[in-house]
Amino acid sequence: MIEFADLHVRYPRQTCEALDGITLSAPYGAITAVVGPNGSGKSTLVRALLGRVARAAGDIRIDGADVSALGRDVVARRVAVVTQREEAAFPIAVRDYVALGRFPQRGAWGRDTAEDRRAIEDAMRLAEVDALADRSVHQLSGGEWQRARVARALAQGGDAFVADEPTTFLDVAHEMLVFEILGQLARAGRAVLLVSHQLNLVARFADRLVLLQQGRVAAAGAVDDVMRAEVLEPVYAWPVVVTRDPAVGAPALVPLRRSGGTLPSP
Amino acid sequence: MRPLHWVLLVVALAVSAVVALAFGTIDVGAGAVMRALAGAGSRTDVYVIRDLRLPRVVLAALLGAGLGTSGAALQGVLRNPLAEPYLLGVSGGAAVGAVIAWSAGVAFALLPLAAFTGAIVAVTLSLLVAHATHGRGDPRVLVMAGVVVGAFANAAIMIVMANADVSTVRSALWWMMGSAAEATWTQNAWLTAYVLVGGAALFAMGRTLDALSLGEDSAAGLGVDVDRAARRIYLIASLVAAATVAAAGLVGFVGLIVPHIARRLGATGHRVLVAASALIGASLVVLADLIARVALPPAELPLGAVTAVLGVPFFLATLRRLT
Repeated sequence: MIEFADLHVRYPRQTCEALDGITLSAPYGAITAVVGPNGSGKSTLVRALLGRVARAAGDIRIDGADVSALGRDVVARRVAVVTQREEAAFPIAVRDYVALGRFPQRGAWGRDTAEDRRAIEDAMRLAEVDALADRSVHQLSGGEWQRARVARALAQGGDAFVADEPTTFLDVAHEMLVFEILGQLARAGRAVLLVSHQLNLVARFADRLVLLQQGRVAAAGAVDDVMRAEVLEPVYAWPVVVTRDPAVGAPALVPLRRSGGTLPSP
Repeated sequence: MRPLHWVLLVVALAVSAVVALAFGTIDVGAGAVMRALAGAGSRTDVYVIRDLRLPRVVLAALLGAGLGTSGAALQGVLRNPLAEPYLLGVSGGAAVGAVIAWSAGVAFALLPLAAFTGAIVAVTLSLLVAHATHGRGDPRVLVMAGVVVGAFANAAIMIVMANADVSTVRSALWWMMGSAAEATWTQNAWLTAYVLVGGAALFAMGRTLDALSLGEDSAAGLGVDVDRAARRIYLIASLVAAATVAAAGLVGFVGLIVPHIARRLGATGHRVLVAASALIGASLVVLADLIARVALPPAELPLGAVTAVLGVPFFLATLRRLT
């Protein structure tokens, strides 16, 4: 289980805290989705887990052990992360890129084992980039690159999977594919922590929702408790209606047109 | 890269070395080169080949290998295809060290030490600047810190040179243009140690470099202690570059273009890239030094100028591929 306990993060030279006492946990065997408006602290949460932003206070624990005490290599063997943004500085074949996911397992000197090769091939097949294996990552479309990134995290293995907006740039089918993959990981017993803006898909796939607003938890709980207009509307500051999707039965968010031309004229 | 590529790179280096040993003020055949290396043949041949040309060819190969590996590692860690060892204030710092020592009348034998010290001071300064701005492992901040320290070093050189006598300015200039002419075996032994140990360390960190070249967050997700790894690679690569500067002055463009040539030959992973860059860099500088010796006899061209002339077309081709 990944736990954030009363986590405070403040970026250098900023007056307000990016994370202002966040407490949430992502248990095994479930998808925990973190949602919220732009700048509410979702990605900072992921970067704090990666040790890329300094904690002002609070704890980040994996099965009770603090991540800074565990060491980055140990964390990487247990938690695979799809970061929000990534760009390969130099051209590299998709297969070699996905193989980098095995870095924590192989270390600096270890050679590819049969298990490594199997993990790499399985990950590419699952994320549907196996046909692109020999292409350079610089020749991929935005969506193909996104899937390659998911494949790299899948190859990494471990018992937790963290993904920061993994469906950006994806078409409808591949968006569904990624959500299905996350569901499969959770059913296989992994802890899945998902940051996403796709509220309606999150409502169908996630087991728990955490809604962030300005670095604080505005609401958390089961999908039906958070996917409510009176909860979402003040946080997003936009008129919304939450209905129930007739086809799948999950709560569905419908943002309304803002009446009366309240936007400033361009 | 396929095994055939490696064989070709080794053969290219061997051929360049033999050609560089064969040509000069006196041209010697390839067979005579081999005999002279073994200590046989005419006494003149043995003297010219073994005592005059061989140390120089070895120095050129070491310079190329050092600058090539250093450039490959720095481009990876800084995620910047235009990074090279001299970008980071290494050259400026070394030049300041040497020029100050020169005008202070320090013994000639101690100049490399002064250059080396200057380079280390400059690299430390750019790391401190990056650290002070909270950039730490941020490649953009490291590059900018290096550029600033380099600019400061250039200003310092100009100030020192403005008050120096003509002979000091001439020697300093010659040194800043790079030359393998003063090669000695003692110097070669030192440089071998730096290039071998530094190169091996960078080779060993090849996979870490692969992870770092994806960006800091992704590298951290793969288990790399980003700030520490970046600092270590930056420091080792700078040390190797500083050692080459101390041995032969500033030889530009090698660290920049060699990794690109290696990538074009199919070297993608950094371990392969570092090793291939060592071989390619060695061949390139051996050939460049040969050109420096024979292009305009009896004058000798500055080695740094030759590598730059050879480098510019490569550089332009790379730019075209980048855009």
